[in-house]
Amino acid sequence: MEFAELIKTPRVDNVVLHRPFYPAVEGTLCLTGHHLILSSRQDNTEELWHLHSNIDAIDKRFVGSLGTIIIKCKDFRIIQLDIPGMEECLNIASSIEALSTLDSITLMYPFFYRPMFEVIEDGWHSFLPEQEFELYSSATSEWRLSYVNKEFAVCPSYPPIVTVPKSIDDEALRKVATFRHGGRFPVLSYYHKKNGMVIMRSGQPLTGTNGRRCKEDEKLINATLRAGKRGYIIDTRSLNVAQQARAKGGGFEQEAHYPQWRRIHKSIERYHILQESLIKLVEACNDQTHNMDRWLSKLEASNWLTHIKEILTAACLAAQCIDREGASVLIHGTEGTDSTLQVTSLAQIILEPRSRTIRGFEALIEREWLQAGHPFQQRCAQSAYCNTKQKWEAPVFLLFLDCVWQILRQFPCSFEFNENFLIMLFEHAYASQFGTFLGNNESERCKLKLQQKTMSLWSWVNQPGELSKFTNPLFEANNLVIWPSVAPQSLPLWEGIFLRWNRSSKYLDEAYEEMVNIIEYNKELQAKVNILRRQLAELETENGMQESP
Amino acid sequence: MEHIRTPKVENVRLVDRVSPKKAALGTLYLTATHVIFVENSPDTRKETWILHSQISTIEKQATTATGCPLLIRCKNFQIIQLIIPQERDCHDVYISLIRLARPVKYEELYCFSFNPMLDKEEREQGWVLIDLSEEYKRMGLPNHHWQLSDVNRDYRVCDSYPTELYVPKSATAHIIVGSSKFRSRRRFPVLSYYYKDNHASICRSSQPLSGFSARCLEDEQMLQAIRKANPGSDFVYVVDTRPKLNAMANRAAGKGYENEDNYSNIKFQFIGIENIHVMRNSLQKMLEVCELKSPSMSDFLWGLENSGWLRHIKAIMDAGIFIAKAVSEEGASVLVHCSDGWDRTAQVCSVASLLLDPHYRTLKGFMVLIEKDWISFGHKFNHRYGNLDGDPKEVSPVIDQFIECVWQLMEQFPCAFEFNERFLIHIQHHIYSCQFGNFLCNSQKERRELKIQERTYSLWAHLWKNRADYLNPLFRADHSQTQGTLHLPTAPCNFMYKFWSGMYNRFEKGMQPRQSVTDYLMAVKEETQQLEEELEALEERLEKIQKVQLNCTKVKSKQSEPSKHSGFSTSDNSIANTPQDYSGNMKSFPSRSPSQGDEDSALILTQDNLKSSDPDLSANSDQESGVEDLSCRSPSGGEHAPSEDSGKDRDSDEAVFLTA
Repeated sequence: MEFAELIKTPRVDNVVLHRPFYPAVEGTLCLTGHHLILSSRQDNTEELWHLHSNIDAIDKRFVGSLGTIIIKCKDFRIIQLDIPGMEECLNIASSIEALSTLDSITLMYPFFYRPMFEVIEDGWHSFLPEQEFELYSSATSEWRLSYVNKEFAVCPSYPPIVTVPKSIDDEALRKVATFRHGGRFPVLSYYHKKNGMVIMRSGQPLTGTNGRRCKEDEKLINATLRAGKRGYIIDTRSLNVAQQARAKGGGFEQEAHYPQWRRIHKSIERYHILQESLIKLVEACNDQTHNMDRWLSKLEASNWLTHIKEILTAACLAAQCIDREGASVLIHGTEGTDSTLQVTSLAQIILEPRSRTIRGFEALIEREWLQAGHPFQQRCAQSAYCNTKQKWEAPVFLLFLDCVWQILRQFPCSFEFNENFLIMLFEHAYASQFGTFLGNNESERCKLKLQQKTMSLWSWVNQPGELSKFTNPLFEANNLVIWPSVAPQSLPLWEGIFLRWNRSSKYLDEAYEEMVNIIEYNKELQAKVNILRRQLAELETENGMQESP
Repeated sequence: MEHIRTPKVENVRLVDRVSPKKAALGTLYLTATHVIFVENSPDTRKETWILHSQISTIEKQATTATGCPLLIRCKNFQIIQLIIPQERDCHDVYISLIRLARPVKYEELYCFSFNPMLDKEEREQGWVLIDLSEEYKRMGLPNHHWQLSDVNRDYRVCDSYPTELYVPKSATAHIIVGSSKFRSRRRFPVLSYYYKDNHASICRSSQPLSGFSARCLEDEQMLQAIRKANPGSDFVYVVDTRPKLNAMANRAAGKGYENEDNYSNIKFQFIGIENIHVMRNSLQKMLEVCELKSPSMSDFLWGLENSGWLRHIKAIMDAGIFIAKAVSEEGASVLVHCSDGWDRTAQVCSVASLLLDPHYRTLKGFMVLIEKDWISFGHKFNHRYGNLDGDPKEVSPVIDQFIECVWQLMEQFPCAFEFNERFLIHIQHHIYSCQFGNFLCNSQKERRELKIQERTYSLWAHLWKNRADYLNPLFRADHSQTQGTLHLPTAPCNFMYKFWSGMYNRFEKGMQPRQSVTDYLMAVKEETQQLEEELEALEERLEKIQKVQLNCTKVKSKQSEPSKHSGFSTSDNSIANTPQDYSGNMKSFPSRSPSQGDEDSALILTQDNLKSSDPDLSANSDQESGVEDLSCRSPSGGEHAPSEDSGKDRDSDEAVFLTA
């Protein structure tokens, strides 16, 4: 298919662009296969380059022959284009619609994008499972890397390499895989060096109504416990939902069969409930006409912050089991690809100082989201403005980022990255020139040959020039476990993402700049003082030598 | 002292509100001015001090097997829950506190016994730190259009106004007195703020006694005079800050509002801010929400909305924004009133002034603003904040709302204010503490009669002395945000107003951000200053040595300081906290799970078994991140760490404690 077929009118003059907090811009609108471009003839006015894949929904209306297209983006921004000429407007609208909903992944922008920067470090090889394993293999010999899933045959949503207990062989893993939803047998998610406790994750056990059991599964899980120790299984569904899952062949671990484990149910919502929550929240944020009370009740009715609180609470509980109770934890919900990953990754943010650094956080996303098989393609296909009901969309990753922001807000000096880093990740998960978030799992990504055909987001982010935008100037390495508060009073709305386009951030940006200046100036002085001290010391020893021949 | 039935009770438990299972055992003392709880734990001997004047309510709850619970709610939003072993002791404490918390004479208040060890001269200097005559001069008064009037000398015209008042030059004594007779409590229109740039002014008064048809020529002339004092505009806004319905109801009582037909060239405007009773109930409802034990997100948001608190904050802000715009953009003068002109009027005038004039956004300027619009113009501090036992229906969080408005502005303009959040919190604390004389009584007249300045100390001097604690590190006098009028977005942006957990839940330290950006930046700035000094010294030394070397003379080498690592890392690393009760009320949680068999499975994932959760104890232990409190201490504040949180002042209170 050629994009040209979809572009009926590639160019329209005298188009007016309206954006909140910016003066209107008049210029020429051009459509390309992946971008909508508006360039004004004034030299100093910036051009608009907009990825079609960032478009969530469009509305059009006409007044006489003047058409208006309202473009609602996946990053929640809303822009408006006034296009003279009804035909042009209709053509543009239908082209945008078609181009923003391309069926084939291989037609998407990452396959066409040619970077303008020199790749210093190829992000596709920045976070290899073997390297990650080395980080804790010095501390423990109880775990091994398994290549049982090399051909993605045992578990289609797992990566080729996983970490499992050393005492469990690949044959047993194959058996366990048949007993777990989607073949997602329990694997290591996190090793807590301080006390050797671990977080594991998996899919639900397929016990069904007749209480099926699997000796290998029980053996695998128990192999992670030290003698006489207990563990916790955190099920991210309510007991009720977990019980209902049995009718469909799923289920949960019976305590009789897993006597060394205690099961805790922490209900975290999934799929359409989360999607609806996002839609309601963004709607409330965009509605500026209501009074103060209606705003709060709409915020409440969206339930977004309730989800935040639930997810954070479950993650804190998992971390608490590990760090305070000295007990290992197995986490799963149904598939083990959504709420499970929210909990395992947030628990690591709390427990592991490394995951609060830029590199460490990237590794965390690579490991706990991309490798672990969170279906980004399905979940992020549409965002808050989509009105066609699609089953698989859910802002699972955005909720995770929001939770990280909440912890960052409570511990503003403990993270190497800043809010912009989280916003950037949100944007790229939904629309990007990079291949990182394409596909639903490693298997799909391999088939798409993303490593050969697209650029990794990390190749771009980890350039020094880009990194500086995402670095938190307040960061001071904090080796402690950080326990966030989950009280409602401590969990505000993430304005940086939800009110980003509805308010001017001028004064807040100025404050950030001021903060950077204060710290930069301090560093500058520190460097100067150190140089002078050294000079002085040298001079004085010289003098001393002259003094004592 | 005669009101203290039991000065000391032992084996009292102070319940931790976040995790109720955790309680500190200690001794409770009652003194003439404070309730003091001293923990037995020999490591900490942690003390909790509560001023009697901070006590809002005391509740004796049903006796349980463990003792008799006593719940003390404070006006600074602290909540103390004690469990006293003996019912009799509890009753004695309860009866004593009921009396001590409601003094009947001013002389019983803390400020009359509080002695910060300053001599007479220092005290007097403290009282002249904030000088309103200076402030009017700063505004550019008196001038061609405005003059100082002595009509209220000896409070002859209006006993709730100050003696020093600015009125339009063309307003004769006859007009003023005539106008005052046509205004509630004789609070005639006077100047609150003069905007030099365009001669527009903000004036304030009480409602006119217009009833359904009454007129007063002098009052009409008074408004005319205000208009004439601003030659740039041919009208005056009259802003009635009440809801229209309330104002109309007042007409039946012979009061009311200005009729546009009778006053030439006025534009009349209602801005609906609710009355003190609505505000009192609103705060009450919001505090109930804050007090909820482990509320759900819905409980909290629904409760917050239901309290209406943020809606009221927005109404006050809207009024302030309207006036600031009228003055700065339209160049029109504004007369503001409500009923008596001492609550809503004070809120609105001060918010507008704060928006208009960067001076009020500085430390000293903010003190001046409160001194002018609140203290001097007869805001009834004693009645509103219940300093003396009085009518509970007079109590209302009027200035609390103003303070919150300032905080909301600080959130939106982070570089615009010279002071930080702590400054606001400490001012709020002292409005209720009665530790300083500033906020005593209901008017200047009463304060003069009581000889407040001779007998008590000024808060402003105390705050000024400790100003290092109150600075906003992001403030720079030459920053664009610190210049001119603050421009809020024109679109009604409702989500601008946020719940202020730093105020209303400020004693729940675990709920606050565990690391303070403000304190961090202050520490950086302090280090920067030291570095600047060191740099200068080093350069000097280097130059000297180089000179000496040139002269080939011997120099005695001094030990050079070892290069030190930036000094603020330590305080930050130790700031963390203990986990909360994340298991919440989960029925399925193991410790309560019915399926649990043996005893050792009774794991409790709370802090009970964690000794390290106490501040100071584990500050340096690597993982048991138990410290929660260091973050609120400013790096320079080792000596005088802000003590207001516990109502304790180190200089003075120890003496009181010893005499107990």
